[in-house]
Order: sequence, then C-alpha cells, then structure tokens
Amino acid sequence: MAVRREEERTTVDRYPGRVRVNHWITAISLILLAFSGAALFHPSLFFLSSLFGGGAATRMLHPWIGVVLLASFTILFIQMVRYNFWTKADSHWMRHIGEVVAGREENLPEVGKYNGGQKIIFWLMTLLILVLFGTGIMIWYEYFGATFTIEQQRIGHILHALTAVAMLLVVIVHIYAAFYVRGTINAMTEGKVTGGWAFRHHRLWLRQEARKGVIDERQTPPRGHGVGPAE
Amino acid sequence: MTNSWTDIKNTDLVIIMGGNAAEAHPCGFKWVTEAKAQRGAKLIVVDPRFTRSASVADLYAPIRQGTDIAFLLGAMKYCIDNDKIQHDYVRAFTNAPYIVKEGFGYQDGLFTGYDEAKRDYDRSSWEYELGPDGYVQIDETLQHPRSVYQLLKKHIAAYTPEMVERICGTPKDKFLAVCKLISECSARDKVMTSMYALGWTQHSKGSQNIRSMAMLQLLLGNIGVRGGGMNALRGHSNIQGLTDIGLMSNLIPGYLTLGTDKEVDFSTYMSTRGFKPLRPNQMSYWQNYRKFMVSFLKSMWGKAATPENDFAYQWLPKLDVPGYDMLRYFDMMHQGKVNGYFCQGFNPLLSLSNRGKVTQALSKLKFLVSMDPLQTETARFWKDEGVHNDVKPESIQTEVFELPTTCFAEDEGSLVNSGRWLQWHWPGAEPPGEAKTDTWVMAQLYQRLRALYEKEGGAFPDPIVNLHWPYRLADDPQPDEMAKEMNGYVVSTVTDPVDPTKVLLEKGKQVDTFGQLRDDGSTACGCWIYSGSWTEKGNMMARRDTSDPANTGAYSNWAFSWPANRRILYNRASADLDGKPWDPKRKLIEWNGTAWSGYDVPDIAPAAKPQDVGPFIMNPEGTARLFSRGMMKDGPFPAHYEPFESPVANVMAPKIRGNPAARIFKDDLAALGTSDKFPYAATSYRLTEHFHFWTKHVWVNAVLQPEFFVEISEQLAAEKNIQKGGWVKVSSARGVVYAKAVVTKRIKPLVCDGKTVHVVGIPLHWGFTGAARKGFGPNSLTPFVGDANIETPEFKAFLVNVEPSNGPAVS
Amino acid sequence: MAGLQSQDFARISATTFRPPDVRHDFEVAKLIDVSKCIGCKACQAACLEWNNLREEIGYNRGVYDNPHDLTENTWTLMRFTEWENPGTGNLEWLIRKDGCMHCADPGCLKACPAPGAIVQYNNGIVDFVSENCIGCGYCVKGCPFNIPRISQADHKAYKCTLCSDRVSVGQAPACAKACPTGAIVFGTKQAMLDHAEGRITDLKSRGFKNAGIYDPPGVGGTHVMYVLHHADQPQLYAGLPQNPRISQVVELWKGLTKYAGMAVVGFAAAFAFVHATVARRNDVSRAEDRKAEHLIDEEAARGREA
Repeated sequence: MAVRREEERTTVDRYPGRVRVNHWITAISLILLAFSGAALFHPSLFFLSSLFGGGAATRMLHPWIGVVLLASFTILFIQMVRYNFWTKADSHWMRHIGEVVAGREENLPEVGKYNGGQKIIFWLMTLLILVLFGTGIMIWYEYFGATFTIEQQRIGHILHALTAVAMLLVVIVHIYAAFYVRGTINAMTEGKVTGGWAFRHHRLWLRQEARKGVIDERQTPPRGHGVGPAE
Repeated sequence: MTNSWTDIKNTDLVIIMGGNAAEAHPCGFKWVTEAKAQRGAKLIVVDPRFTRSASVADLYAPIRQGTDIAFLLGAMKYCIDNDKIQHDYVRAFTNAPYIVKEGFGYQDGLFTGYDEAKRDYDRSSWEYELGPDGYVQIDETLQHPRSVYQLLKKHIAAYTPEMVERICGTPKDKFLAVCKLISECSARDKVMTSMYALGWTQHSKGSQNIRSMAMLQLLLGNIGVRGGGMNALRGHSNIQGLTDIGLMSNLIPGYLTLGTDKEVDFSTYMSTRGFKPLRPNQMSYWQNYRKFMVSFLKSMWGKAATPENDFAYQWLPKLDVPGYDMLRYFDMMHQGKVNGYFCQGFNPLLSLSNRGKVTQALSKLKFLVSMDPLQTETARFWKDEGVHNDVKPESIQTEVFELPTTCFAEDEGSLVNSGRWLQWHWPGAEPPGEAKTDTWVMAQLYQRLRALYEKEGGAFPDPIVNLHWPYRLADDPQPDEMAKEMNGYVVSTVTDPVDPTKVLLEKGKQVDTFGQLRDDGSTACGCWIYSGSWTEKGNMMARRDTSDPANTGAYSNWAFSWPANRRILYNRASADLDGKPWDPKRKLIEWNGTAWSGYDVPDIAPAAKPQDVGPFIMNPEGTARLFSRGMMKDGPFPAHYEPFESPVANVMAPKIRGNPAARIFKDDLAALGTSDKFPYAATSYRLTEHFHFWTKHVWVNAVLQPEFFVEISEQLAAEKNIQKGGWVKVSSARGVVYAKAVVTKRIKPLVCDGKTVHVVGIPLHWGFTGAARKGFGPNSLTPFVGDANIETPEFKAFLVNVEPSNGPAVS
Repeated sequence: MAGLQSQDFARISATTFRPPDVRHDFEVAKLIDVSKCIGCKACQAACLEWNNLREEIGYNRGVYDNPHDLTENTWTLMRFTEWENPGTGNLEWLIRKDGCMHCADPGCLKACPAPGAIVQYNNGIVDFVSENCIGCGYCVKGCPFNIPRISQADHKAYKCTLCSDRVSVGQAPACAKACPTGAIVFGTKQAMLDHAEGRITDLKSRGFKNAGIYDPPGVGGTHVMYVLHHADQPQLYAGLPQNPRISQVVELWKGLTKYAGMAVVGFAAAFAFVHATVARRNDVSRAEDRKAEHLIDEEAARGREA
C-alpha cells in the first residue's frame, strides 16, 4: 500500500492482487448465482438456465457456486473486516448521505478507507450471504433433502428467495455506486485509485497512506523527496 | 368346494374359519366382497390372529389354534338349544333320525373300541342298527335315545359358551355374537357359506375340524344350496386336480382306491366297494364303481386288460399299510429304508414338518431327483448355508439330480380350481433353458425303463411293458391326448342288446359322460369324474362363455366342472321333499312333476322322484351323515382334542394327549415339546405377498415382503423385552430359527382355562434360495404329527419359546 | 405420454400462460375403497410391473409395510395401521394405499420451476415429464401429501402417473386392473362419486356412521379418492391429512414473493442504470487532484517527521 507518483498522475494503492482476485471470484459467483437463481425463481427467466447447460445443470451448479461464493467471501471478509468496524464518523456520514448522492461531499467529515455506506454494504453482504448459505443448505435437496423436514425446507425456500432479493438489491447498490462514483472501478481492476479520487472520497485514508510515504515512480524523480521501499 | 367361487356371491353370511381367504386366496375373495357389496352379506372371521380377512370382517372372534371343534360343537349346541336348525332338512336329508347300534358310546375323550397299544379304534360299534330288511332303522320323531340326533345332542351337551371360552379363549360375548349370526342362517331364505383351508386341515384332527362345520351346515340346511356349502379353498391352482387324479398314496384317479395286499383278485377288491343302499330306493352311486374301475384299467393297459386277466387288476400296486403318506415315507427314509426319491414339484425340506428329521432322511438316500421349475432348497439340502442350512456336505453321499421343468405359464393343459372347474390354459411363454414339461421327463424315463424291462425281463415287467401308450409322439405325450384319455372313449362298439342294429356307443368316440362307462371293457376312462370334459363336441374345458342366466353364479358354459358339469354338489338338497326350492328366490333345480330341471345339472337322476331318492346319492343312505359310522378313523362324531403340543391340558379329558388316533410315530411322540420349556402356542401360515416357496424367487414379491419374521403380541413383546423389528430366536423341541419380530395388536393373549396363552405366528415362504433375504420358515420347528384320516401334518399348532436375539450372524 | 399437444393439458408447470384446456370433456378418478381393501399389495406389484420399476429388496422392520416408504421406484404403497376403536372396543386394521392424489390444484405443479416438467391433462391426471424435470425437489415441498420422490441416480422426480399411458388408450390404471377385491375402481370422477355413495350407504348400514368420501376441497378435490370408514378422522389412516391444502409458505413463495421479488429487483436495477447514466457525474475535479497533491506532500512530510 502506498501512494505513488507516476508519470502522468498520482495514485494510491487500494487493493493488492489477492484481494482483487477474491473480489472478482465473489462478484462472478454472485452474478452466476443471480442468473441461475433467477432461472429457478421465475418462469420468464428460466431461459437463463441455458447459460449453465440446461435446467438440471443449473439446479446442480447453483449450490456449488454458492459454496464458492461462501469460500471467497469468507476470505474477503477476513481481508476487509478490520476496515469495516463502525465509527462515529460513519454515523455522521450516514446522516448526510443525501449530500453524497448529490455529489457534494465537500462538507462531510473526512472518510477513512470505507465510508458508512460501504460498511453497511459489507455487513449486509456478510449477513445475507450467511442467510443465503444457511437456507441454501436447507433446500439443497440432493444432499440435505433428508436432513430437514419438508416444512423446514418450505421455510428455507421462501427465506432463500426473500434474502436473494435483498442480496440483489445490495448488489445493485454496490455496482451502481461503483459506476456512479467515477474512478472507483479502477480500485478493483488496477488495484489503485487516483489521488484526486482518494482526496474526494476517502481523504482520511489518503492522509494515512501518504503519511506512510510516497513512492516516486517518475523517470526523473526529485531526489530526496520520497522514501524508497522500506527494504 | 361343494359350490364354486362364483357362487359365494349368493351368500348371506360368510364364515372364514380355518382359513384366511383374503390373505391366501385374494382373487377368490372378490366373491365375498361381491356378496357384501351386492347383497349386504356379513362376514365373520374366527382366527387366532386378526388377519387380512378380519380387516374387512363384520365380526371377528379370536380362537386358540387347534380348538375349532370345541367352538363348532358349541355353535351346534347353540343352534339346537335355541331351535335354530332347519328341521325339515335335517329330518329328511341327514341321518339324524337313524338309529345307532347298541354298544356305541363315548366317554373320557374316547369312543368305544379304542386300543391304546395300536393307537387305533375297532370301529365295529360305530354303526347303524339294521332292520331285517337290511335297511337302517329310523325314528322320524328324532326322539329315540339312540337316534343320531339324540346322540349328537348328548355328545355336544358339554360345549356350553362357558366351556367354549375355557377351551378356545374366545370371549363368551364374541362367541355368542358369532352363534347368533350363524343361527339366523337356519331360516330357509338365509344361507351361510363356510370358507376354510389349511387352517383346519393341518391339524392332528383336521378332517374332524371340517366335519364339524359340515355338520353345522347340515343342521342349518345350507348344503346343496346357492350361497351355501363347504368350501375348501385349495392352496395351489391345481391341487384339486392333483387330488382328483390320485394325489394320495391310497387313491387312483376319480377317488377310486388302491387295493390292499389282502385283496388278491378283482372280485375280492370289488366286494367291499360297490355299496348297497341302506335305505329303500336310494341310488348309492358307488354301485357303478366297477364300471369306473374297469374303464380305468382299460385306459391303463388297453388291449392287455381283458376280462380273463381281471382287466389287469393284478398289475396295480397293492398297499401293505393304509397309506404311504409323506410322514410315513420320510420316516421310512429316516430309517434308511428308501434308496431313491423323486421330488416332482415338491420342496419337502421346507414343506414337511421337522426339517432336522427331513435333512437326516434325505441324507440317507442314494439318490434324489428334483423335478422343479425353481432351484429348490430340497435339491440343495446338502449345501452348507451357515445357520440357514447347517449341514456338512462331506458327510452326505446322496446323489442329487436336478431336472428343470416348465411352470404353469409355460405349458398347456387344464388346472382344476377349488370349485372343481377344469379350466384349460395355454402357454404364455416358451420354457427357458433346458426346462421340459413333466410329461416329457416322465415319458423319457418310461421309454428307457420299458426298453430295459423288455431287454432284461426283471421281477415284474408286465405293468411296464404292457402299459397302453397310444400317443402321437411316444416320448412326448401331448396335453390334448392325455385329456381325452381322462375323459374316456369307446374301445369297442356297443349296440343295443334289444336291437343290435342300433349302435349305442361307437368305437373310437369320446364318451359324453361317465354314465356311458361300462364294466365289460368296451370303454376306457382315465378319470371317471372328468368324463364330459373332452367329448366329441370338443374341449369343454376351453369354453369361455360368460353367460349366466338369472345371475345364479353358475356360469355353466364356462370351462367344465366335474362331475358332469355340475356347479353345486348335492343341489337336489336345495329343494324340499316335494322338489320345490326351500327358498324360491334361490332356486337351483326343481321337480316339475316328471323331471328335475333348473339352472344347474341335477345331482340326481332327472326322473328320480323327490320323495323316493335322497339328495346325497354317493352315500348308500341317500342322506348326509351327522354320524359318520366307521368312515372316520377317529370317531363318528368330532370331539375336542388338544394339539399334540398344547399349552393347556384337554379340559374334556385331561389324560388324553392329542387325537388318540392321529398319525404319530413312537420316536416323534417321545420327542414332543412341553409347555414348561416351550410355553407359547405357535401357528404357521401364508402371507398374501408370497406363494409358498416359489415367489421368493420373484423380485417383485421379494420386494413386497423381503424377510422372514414372526408375529407376537405387544404383551409378549413387553414381557420378553422384544423390540419391534428386532431379532428373536424361536425354538421348539425340534429346532431353532431366527426371525425379525413383528409386534402387533392383531395378536392378543388368550385366556384358556385360567391360563394366559400367547400366540406366536410364523409365516412360511423363506428359505436359502431365491431373491428374498435368506430365512427359515416354520418347519424347522413343527412336529412330525399328522391327521388321523389323511395324515396331513399338524403345521398349525405347536409349542415354541421366543427370546430376544442379536440375529443369526451373532448368535 | 408422447404426441400430446398443448391443448391436451389443463396446466403446465413454470409457464406464464394457462393452456386453453378446451378438450376438457371429463375428468377421471380412481376410487380406493379402504373398507374393501385387504392389503394384498397386488396394486403395488402391478405398479412395479407395469411401470417396470426396480425397487430394492429391503428388510423387515417389524411391520407389514414394504418398502417402508414411497421411493422413486415405489409409486404406491400399502400403509397398515392397527387402531383400537374406542367407540366399539374393536381392533381395526386400517390399510390405505398411499400414492399421488392427482389434486385438481396440484401443489407440485405450482412449486415446479421447470417449464413442462409437471403437467395436468384435461382429464385431471397430474404427470411428471422426466425430460423436463431438473431434479430440484420443489415438487416435494409443493405436495400436501408428501408424495414425490427424487431419484438419487438420475435426479428426476417420480410418482404415480395414474397410468396415464394406459388411461390414454382407454385402460384402467394397472393397480385398479390388478385389485382382486374391487377396492380400486376407476372411471369418470362423477361415476366414482356416485359409486362411493353406494359404498358409504353400505358402510353406514354396518355401523360406520362416519363413513364418507375423501375428496379434499382444500386442493380443489382429487382424482384419487378414498372411501373411508372414519371419514371424520382421515389422519387415522397413516396420517392422511385432515384438510390438505398447498402450504401457505409455498403459496407465498410461488405467489407474492415470485412477482414482488421480480418487480423490486427489476425496478432497482433499471433505476440504478438510468440514474447512473443520466445523473450528474460524481467525478473528481482537477482542483481535487491538485488538492490531493498538496495533501500528499503535507502528509508525507508529517510522516517523515514522525
């Protein structure tokens, strides 16, 4: 993690490769789960099952993708949880969410690595994935058909469906935010954001990162200005 | 059956006792369902277990196995005491008014003439008092103290409802409820039918069980009428046919009997068989015996049977004992007196009592031939199957030949059902592999034996080398040829003695009826009761006409019913003394002033006047017998005896164990179990899901009932700490089996003579070959005891102990 | 059943339309007269044989019921109940042939997510179509009678077809054909209701005052009906439900949830898309870039001091 002065711009490392890989595994899993789940959820979306090789394959794959999701998300959770503990500043930020949506973040307190909204997304996702996984096990007929009573399975089904809807809403918000807040997606593609993006959205985090030092990667770096790698 | 399956739909009351029709005869049981649904008929089931039949019964009464006679004598007493008998019928059609000889008596469980050493009776005192005219003396008022009626009343006086409860364990109220329903059928317009099977036969007094109900039915006037009768439900599709053509060792086809070694010539043989009438004008149909016998001999030996050689009577084997029943035969085998044994469609290792003894017996044979469509346990009796067949093959020297034969669905011929219908059938499939019909196998053997006899002579080649063998293919007689032979044919043309130009019977033609058979050798007939089954009109057994005028249930144009296509035996008894039906709604045949006619073939000469000729034409009396004279080995009246292994003593005669005239060998008698070591009353039976030891070879049936089990009451299970579905060890004085426990409310402990009796139910069906799980069956446990008259083993009542177990693998 | 056209169906699973059902001439029904049944299992055998099912050979577990439950290979099963009638003191052996009831309003079909995997013909028979079945087990949850079973071998759902193949060529189902006592009869639903009337009268005359027919209205009636001696207590017969209906949870899941869920997610996605496209960008300004440089320098300097 570091702030880097590059040729054309200044960037801040936001996600190392391992987190990005994990994120995209999680993201792809979620999308596949959404598509396969939707195929089984409503007849008008059953056509999506052909993406998975037909209805039976969809039925077979969906829970296994869920297992992949749970695994990747668990790692993601371990990687991110320490940045997602709630603070007073988050509560303040949340109270002014309207200004954020309106694009006027200037008057808000400085935000660390994640803002309140992101933390809520994080915790919601954690919760919903747990519920989805739990209810998913209940309705995973191939292996757990005999473990749960039919009545439990019925409840499992409706909970799974409702939770999935909630999960989709959260995902939509997440994706929407990623697109709407320009410059955000770079964090998960390249692993770094621009200094301006960090200044605008996560200034406190930028301060912290900058305080750790600046790596000057320009071809003629002003000597003595930056610190080299610690080693 | 006196009646037919289809006739059961005509009944008002069905009593299933000594059988379990729904369980063992589910297809025939449909006629009970019909009677219930269409006529509102009632169904009574009396059984130690609440059976599948009981599940659809209107009234169920429990009974301890082996006490049916007490129950039925009690029912007779109830009917007589409450004046619920059909008096006119009893007076005219039974021997109730007949006077019995002075000197007959019954005391302490024994009739007069008992010889304890021989375990047999001198039956000479069990006879009618004959008048100077040679006819039996009668008292129409039924008041004579030695009249059958009075003797019967005296004989059954002890069987009060209280006594019935004490012996049978049947609660008095249930017994009385049964009696009430039964007694209502003494009305002329009410009829009861009795459906029974091996639950009565397989006792040391099996024949008397059946007689008891027959007597009750006679008192009620229910024999010979639509919806009535004594209906034996036969356990195999063709066991009736097998019986008809001489299943028992003392019988030849058509219930003719084999001579004894004392009957050295034909006239001696005939002297005891052509019964003279015991009442004036009676028909005594057995007067025709000689015609049937000579025709039989002609069918056996053809041209070689001549008047000069007594029609080859000498070539028939003669009995040196009353009969070589299977108990005696295996006992002889056990003594090492038998060299070889042909097991044709028979699995005695599982079917006969005391499997241990059977295994030892088979081990003493030089050779055993098994002709069977299936791989039977008997053919593998030498094979070490662990606990399921614990033998040492190296110590058994018997050579076993297995000849695969066809099953019923692969060959052509007739099957005779319980209702005496000969129904022709055609093969549904080709026999698999090397399987051949039984007749093919027998013909092959015969050809080779004949060749050997012709070449080498031998002690007595005549019966073999002279055998009449007219078949198209000498080594493969065809079903049609054999059927025609059974029906009978004209050997030489018979002309009218008055007008010799008039041909009565033309040479080579099939006879129409046994009435045409002659005793001079001009006719041949393999089985006289089958005459009419394949006439010049063709194969009557193949008829499939479902028309049934007036819905009598006779279906007279469907197949052929012996004798003479008669559907209800003794149908003359359906009409009163004037020949009018007892119940006009139930008309069967009727006397119109000159002849009998109606819906069935009359069981009496068409012109026989109703006042003159009695309906029971096979009896010299012309009437049915409440008192059976010397015909039964164990008494002219049925009497209650306990099974040989019983949890309680005989309360009627405490000193007597079992039926005093029953078949039992000394060693087996000594080895019987007692209730101190084996306290529970066991019985064996079939289940619907299986047929004997056949269907365990069938996947589907094995799925439906996969594993051997025994049934016990919840009370016994609790007492012995036996879990539902857990293993139990069941032992008797003869062996041990392991089974799963079915713990059920359908078996309840009975209280007999103040003692609680637990019933243990043991179904058969399992062995160590086939698709189902390996198991045992009851006959490792059953005693080597047989009925006094027909030697059927006592499979239905014996003693066992039951203990919880870890199963055969661990124990 | 091969060769059927859309018009031969009354309902098809997981479709957004109801077939016109114009060939709805009559409905068939199987009537099982429990009071006539002797529990011989001929129906079970006939079912195995006609449908060529290969059930496993099991074990005895202390009861007559074999196999012990419906399976993908056992589509019908005799269930035996020993009941001591407190009213009469008599033991009654209640034997019920269990299997698909062919509901007029089939819960399995309602729950099924695979188009055409469950169909209801015009004659009322509810049938599973193997090639369309995806093995999800939703039908199990939809069924108020606990009938469908999923094969672990091919992951397809199986149950009684009411021998739709036989019925389509004018034959009665194999079980009805095999029943020796006429306890199973088959015909039009109306004829079966009429037949049941007579049976109920007979049973009442024999003292079963609560005899009646089991044709539960909660599922719109069924095309397999029972005559019961104790129609007031169907649960006596191995737990036959008193008033079966499709589970409320399933109704909610396959009703409101399905439509509302689709709507909510669809609306949210559309709104987000539109908003993200047309709304004012939340973008970083050049000024912010410059401020960031400044801040970085400041903080870096602080960092070096620390």
